[in-house]
Amino acid sequence: MARSALTGTRVRERRLRIGMKQADLARSSGISPAYLNLIEHNRRRVGAALLTALAAALGIEEAALAEGAESALMEGLREAAAGAAGAETVPEIARIEEFVSRFPGWAELLSARQARVGALERAVEALSERMAHDPFLSASLHEVLSAATSVRSTAAILAESEDIDPIWRERFHGNIFDDSTRLSEAAQALVTFMDTTEAGETGLSSPQEEVEAWLARTEYHLAALERSHPPAAEALIAGVPELATGAARTLALAHITRYRADALALPLEPFQRAVAELGADPAALSARFGVAPSAIFRRLVTLPKAAAPALGMVVCDASGGVTFRRPLPGFSLPRHGAGCPLWPLYEVLARPAVLVRLPVEMAGRVPQRFVLHAFAETSHPGGYDGPQVIAAMMLIQPALTPRSGGERPVGPACRICPRAACVARREPSILIGSGA
Amino acid sequence: MGKNVLLIEDEPHIAEAIRYVLTRDGWQVASHAYGGDAIEVIRRSPPDVLVLDVMLPGRSGHEILADLRRDPAFSDLPVLVLSARGLQHMPEGATRVMAKPFANAEMVSAVRAIADARGARK
Repeated sequence: MARSALTGTRVRERRLRIGMKQADLARSSGISPAYLNLIEHNRRRVGAALLTALAAALGIEEAALAEGAESALMEGLREAAAGAAGAETVPEIARIEEFVSRFPGWAELLSARQARVGALERAVEALSERMAHDPFLSASLHEVLSAATSVRSTAAILAESEDIDPIWRERFHGNIFDDSTRLSEAAQALVTFMDTTEAGETGLSSPQEEVEAWLARTEYHLAALERSHPPAAEALIAGVPELATGAARTLALAHITRYRADALALPLEPFQRAVAELGADPAALSARFGVAPSAIFRRLVTLPKAAAPALGMVVCDASGGVTFRRPLPGFSLPRHGAGCPLWPLYEVLARPAVLVRLPVEMAGRVPQRFVLHAFAETSHPGGYDGPQVIAAMMLIQPALTPRSGGERPVGPACRICPRAACVARREPSILIGSGA
Repeated sequence: MGKNVLLIEDEPHIAEAIRYVLTRDGWQVASHAYGGDAIEVIRRSPPDVLVLDVMLPGRSGHEILADLRRDPAFSDLPVLVLSARGLQHMPEGATRVMAKPFANAEMVSAVRAIADARGARK
């Protein structure tokens, strides 16, 4: 049976399944039956302490109640609310759960519309950026205008002057001839440019998103690359529908090359055995195999589904730009722009080669705990004279140990983060000061 | 007032056409094709009217114009700016802007108009 995204509904489902009375659950959780009733109908929010009590009384893990509370649907609705900033009527962000529970169809529709608006906004942005900054387009248009200017002025001289000197006339004829050739060549180049621009490259999704969609379908595991004689990388991505653009295929090829190198350094079978023995512990696995933590990170998030612990990962470059993301439920990773400045992902950019482990509590309706592993690696692909290239990566692991109180409070991107007192905040949150 | 026009334009055929048209209208036309040293050329033999292209090799017309306007000797020099970027943004300091491509008659009347306006003020 499909599990509801709403904590209240889950509490009710679990209670009914184990045949517990509402009054009994209320008593053992220290709340009134009326209040529990409101919770079960998603009319009241469940705080962290109450969630712990409810989970204990119901005999299940907290996560089983909390998981999904930060579902894609909620996230989409919050984004929609963020987009309404400045509107006259403020959306009732504090009552999102109620909205979802009472009007699931409308909530789905609004969330889907929001995703569509986001995609279209990015497409417009990409296209206008392209018009404004494409050097070829701008140079070609300048060429066309220059040639047209010259042809027009020169032709006008020939057409309007009756007493023109034969030597000048000759010269102007020559100029017109040259410029008309130039004009047609520039026009031709423009047409070719427009024609060869792939139809799919509308910017409706970024190349990274295309690669992500492809990897999500394969559950990030590329079984063909684990064989001793894998097929050619090009054959592997031929005809893959998600990889519609040339840019996405280029990224996919780079991913395959890296994947294959990791698979050779850490063959699947012994690696899986070691993970079963040591757990998803990058430090221990790195020591066991004598391989850099970066390869361990990548290998851990690309294991076959059956053997894989639930892990997420995000990789960024020195600018903080995300180059790889594997989302994990409950830990929201930004699709565009930066994440939470308190993530160790960004800290390790300043401390390359240091392996960092950090227990955190992700802000949310129901805070969830994770253990984050971060590592940054530098390389010099251009030799001594080239720039140092740095990649920072962060592995996201659900916390397996009880709350210690020492977890660092982190959040999703600032705009949808509820931590009012955060000193590292870079922009106001839509969740604060909204009565939430 | 004098009838000296200096034309800063890197496209040789456009320069040739403008030169011909203005010469027929009675102007002495000198031309220069490089942006990098245009300011020295202007200082060496100050014209009565400057026709300045925006996209020039070495230095853009905008920068040249900004330099000129900072110099008291050229603060009121009539400058006709030729722009291939439409007329939405009038470059700061321009006396008049003309979009490429233009009609020759427009060119002649624009140069006359900005020269006369200055003459009238003097």
